[in-house]
Parts: sequence; C-alpha cells; structure tokens
Amino acid sequence: MFENIDFALVNWSRAQFALTAMFHWLFVPLTLGLGFIIAFMESIYVRTGDPEWKRITKFWMKLFGINFAIGVATGIILEFEFGTNWSNYSWFVGDIFGAPLAIEGIMAFFLESTFIAVMFFGWGKVSKKFHLLATWLTAIGANLSALWILVANAWMQNPVGMKFNPEKARNEMVNFWDVLLSETAVNKFLHTCTSGYVLASVFVVGISAWFLLKKRHLLFAKRSIIIASVFGVISSIMLIASGDGSAREVAKNQPMKFAAMESLYDGQRQAPLIAIGLFGKPHDTPMHSESDQEFLMKIEIPNMLSYMAFLKVDAFVPGIKDLVLGNEAESIMSYKEKILRGYEAQQVLKAFKAAKDKHPEEYDRLKAKFDDKEWVEKYFRYFGYGNYYDPDPNQLELNAFKIVPPISLSFYAFHIMVALGGHFLLLFMVMLWLTIQDKIENKKIVLYTALWTIPLAYVASQAGWVVAEVGRQPWVIQDLMPTMTAVSKIDTSSVMITFGLFTVTFVALAIAEVRIMVKQIKNGPKEGGND
Amino acid sequence: MEWINRVYRFYLDGFKDLPSWGRTLWIIILLKLFIMFAILKLFFFRDTLKNKYSTDEERANHVIEELITH
Repeated sequence: MFENIDFALVNWSRAQFALTAMFHWLFVPLTLGLGFIIAFMESIYVRTGDPEWKRITKFWMKLFGINFAIGVATGIILEFEFGTNWSNYSWFVGDIFGAPLAIEGIMAFFLESTFIAVMFFGWGKVSKKFHLLATWLTAIGANLSALWILVANAWMQNPVGMKFNPEKARNEMVNFWDVLLSETAVNKFLHTCTSGYVLASVFVVGISAWFLLKKRHLLFAKRSIIIASVFGVISSIMLIASGDGSAREVAKNQPMKFAAMESLYDGQRQAPLIAIGLFGKPHDTPMHSESDQEFLMKIEIPNMLSYMAFLKVDAFVPGIKDLVLGNEAESIMSYKEKILRGYEAQQVLKAFKAAKDKHPEEYDRLKAKFDDKEWVEKYFRYFGYGNYYDPDPNQLELNAFKIVPPISLSFYAFHIMVALGGHFLLLFMVMLWLTIQDKIENKKIVLYTALWTIPLAYVASQAGWVVAEVGRQPWVIQDLMPTMTAVSKIDTSSVMITFGLFTVTFVALAIAEVRIMVKQIKNGPKEGGND
Repeated sequence: MEWINRVYRFYLDGFKDLPSWGRTLWIIILLKLFIMFAILKLFFFRDTLKNKYSTDEERANHVIEELITH
C-alpha cells in the first residue's frame, strides 16, 4: 500500500525542513523577548533621564541587532521548501496559509523594517519619545509577525474554519476568525511567545552574570538582571499558564500527541503525571502490553495527568492503545474505523474526479457530499487516514500502529522542556532576590549557573518545537494529510544537496553570530551610551 | 516632497555612520540574501507544481492523484 511512497525522499525532506525550522527558531525567540526587555529599559531611561539606562538600552539593542541581522530572512527558506519539496501540501492548504503569511510579510516589512531603522539610526536624530515608540513598535511588530506564523501552524495541528473544495483539491477559508482564534492558535501564540520572553530573560541574566563574574560594569549588570528577572518571572508564570492551556487543548484535539508526551500506553482514570522517567530497552512489537515495562525508573505525581488534561482527577486519559485499538466504554473510535472512513472519503473524491465531463449527474451528487456537513464530519475529517488503508484486514490493523508518533523523542522533549522551565523560574527568583539584597556579586555558583543556563534556554526552546512537531506525526495536517503524501515527487538527491548546502550556510551563520556577539559582549557597554 | 528627502537623509546618514560591527552585519545580510535568492531559489527551489503544469486544473488533478494512494 505504500509502494508509491519514496520514504527516502520523505525523510530527507523532513530532515531538511526540521534543520531549517530549528535553525530559524534559534533566532526568533531572542528577538521576541529581547525587544520587550529593551523597550522596558528605554522606557526607564526616557522616564528618568539617567544616562546609565541609555547605556544599558544601547548595549542590549546592539545584541538584539546582531541576532536580528543573522536570523532575518532565514524563515523565507521555509517558504521556498513549501513550494518545491511540499507542493502537494502547499496546494492542499490553499489560502489558509496564504492569508496569514501575506499579513505576516506586510506586517514584518512595514513595522519591523521601518521602526528597527529608527531604533538603530534614530538616537539623537528623533525625539526621545518617538525613539521609544519605535522600540516598542519593533517589539510588538516582531510578536505580531510570530502571531501569523503560529496561526498557520496551529491550523495544521487543528484544521478549522475551512471547507474542502473537491474541484480545486484545496481547502478554502470560510471563517477567518475561527482560524485566528481557535484554541490551538491562541494557546500556541501565548506559549510560544512567552517561551521567547523566558529565553531572552535567561540570555540577559546570563550575560549580566558574566559581567559580575568579571567584576565589570557592575551597575549595568545588576540593573539588567533586575529588569530581566522581573520580566522572566512574569513570563515564566504566563508560560506555565499557557502551557497548562496547551496541554488541555492537545489532550482534546491531538490525544495521540498527548499520550506520546507522557508515554501513556494504557488509558486510565486518575492518571498520574510522570515527573521524571527513563526508558528501558525498546520493545520490538508494535504495541506492547504493559506501559510499566517501558521505564527503567519513573517518579509520578498521582492524578496529575487526569487533572492537567481535563481538570478532573478521575477523568479518563486515553492511552496510545485506546486510541489505536479504540475503547468502546470511553467512546473512542479505533484507528481502523478512521482508516475505513478516510478511505471512503478518498474514494468519493476519486469517483468525483472520474465523473467529471462524463457523468454530470454523478459529478453533482458527489460534489454535494463535500457540502454536506454531516458527511464531512463523518468521513472527510478522517481523509488522511485513508492512506493507511489496505484490503487485507490484518495488514490494515498493522497499518493502524503506524499512525503513532515517535514516543521516546516526544516524551523526553516534553519532560526536558518542562524541567528546564522550572529551572528558569527558580533562577529568575534567586537572581532577583540576591540582586535586590545586593549579595549577587559574591554568589559565584549562582552566577555561573546563570551563565550556563543560556544554552539550556535554547535546548528547552528547541525541545518545545520537537514536542509540537514530532508529537503530531505522522500528520502534516492533523487527520487530513499524512506527511508522506505532502511531499513533492522530486529527486531525493536534490534534497540531499540542499540539505548539505543549508548545513554549511547555517553553520557559517551560527559561527558568525556567536563570534560577533561574543566580541561585542566582551567589549561591553560603552561609557555614556555611545557606540 | 520634503519629508521624502528627510527620510532619505535619515537612512543615508544612518548607513554612513554604521559602526564596524554594523557593516559586518550588512555584509552578512547581503551575502545571505544573495545565496538565498540568486542561488537557492534560482537553481534549487523552483515551484514544483507551477513548473510541471500549466493550469490550475492540471495541478489539482495531480494533487488528487497524490493524495489518494489506492
């Protein structure tokens, strides 16, 4: 049944997209958060007139500029890949992606490119208040740009507000607000942006800690720590709240991803949350019988997973087996049934295409099905499952097990992200407390911890991306389009070549970023706030 | 027209007064854009469906065939 699929091509295309997206995501979170931190610092400067705050603002603005310049336009490569490597997907999503990305492009261009110029060129040339406005608008613009990208991504995780047009083989937006304000989009935007704020806060706190360790620019470093720690604490609390919202939303809309994040094979009431877990030897059967066999060790919080998912300690959390095999008692449809329904929807589309220009009545009758909400809800919503159909019932049952994401990767990425999130909050509170008490300079262990937390913030940020994107596999559009049918039939070798080119280019850019940034950090803030 | 001139002068002066690290960044940005648009886009990232098919109907038919693997 998968004989038409070139899995080498699929895997190389996925690897290339992951490489590009993860590289792009190295720069974005710092831009999102540092923009606001700078805006807060400059607001204090404008309010107090204290030149030290100008010096602080200009130093962090310089690092913001370096990060922005190296990262800018790396996201455009993703759009190149959509058209070349993912043309089936790009066609199928229709205008759902087009509208948000167009708004993002215009917004990014006008807001960021205009006001970022005022930020860097405008010192002493425009009024203080106008300069401050430009700084705020740059920060807001960057976050609004992220909004549209995240809305598009959220639609892939939870496709809503659209209607499939069988004549064009495209999804068409019927309700912009459903797309923009879906619970997935709202939670994703809040969680992703606040994760950027936390990363930027860690960045500022860590570099400031380095200055304190070197006994340089002490006032600058302490003030920076206070601003970043306060912002970090507030952002961390928002991050936890939005993470909580995201977990409930995922449990509802992507229960398989949720089960994979916790490696929950057997669903249960009063399900515990695994706080820390380590996998043992992987099983060689598609679906083993006892979830406990998976772990070498684990520490659980009783009832927490049920509460996290449904706000009830006795709520049933479906496990991977419940979702694949179905659970009648809990009204969970099996993947086998979804495959059959998806297959039915695909056959209707096939018959519709065949009837064109030959059987006008049949054509109209089949077209009407795609307008029938009941039919769409019963069959078309499982359209992508149809690709796992096999006439042999045994093979079909086995295929159902293929609709499961990589469990250990999803599990570890989720737990690393959560554990590091807790570490960041604790770090901000300790740094803030010690700085206010004026005891921070002598706490070398704390300062070194802050410095070495910078790479951990990037690890947590990337882990979050892995949870979101690996956890939803094998779907590129949840339930509608599996990744394997989204790729274009192009030469695998060309994807491999561009993968290599990207690797070289990205490594060079990353080295350039780190070298320029480290040099500027070592130079430190200039006296009097001049460059 | 005066405001256009002022905006132009603003940008021109800004670029003239760039510190050395700013110049380096602009070189990197321009180099990156050249690689992206003059090499990658031109030689490696052509629009697959636009290149292969001349009408939207052909593209839609192709995608339907790709979507339905049975």
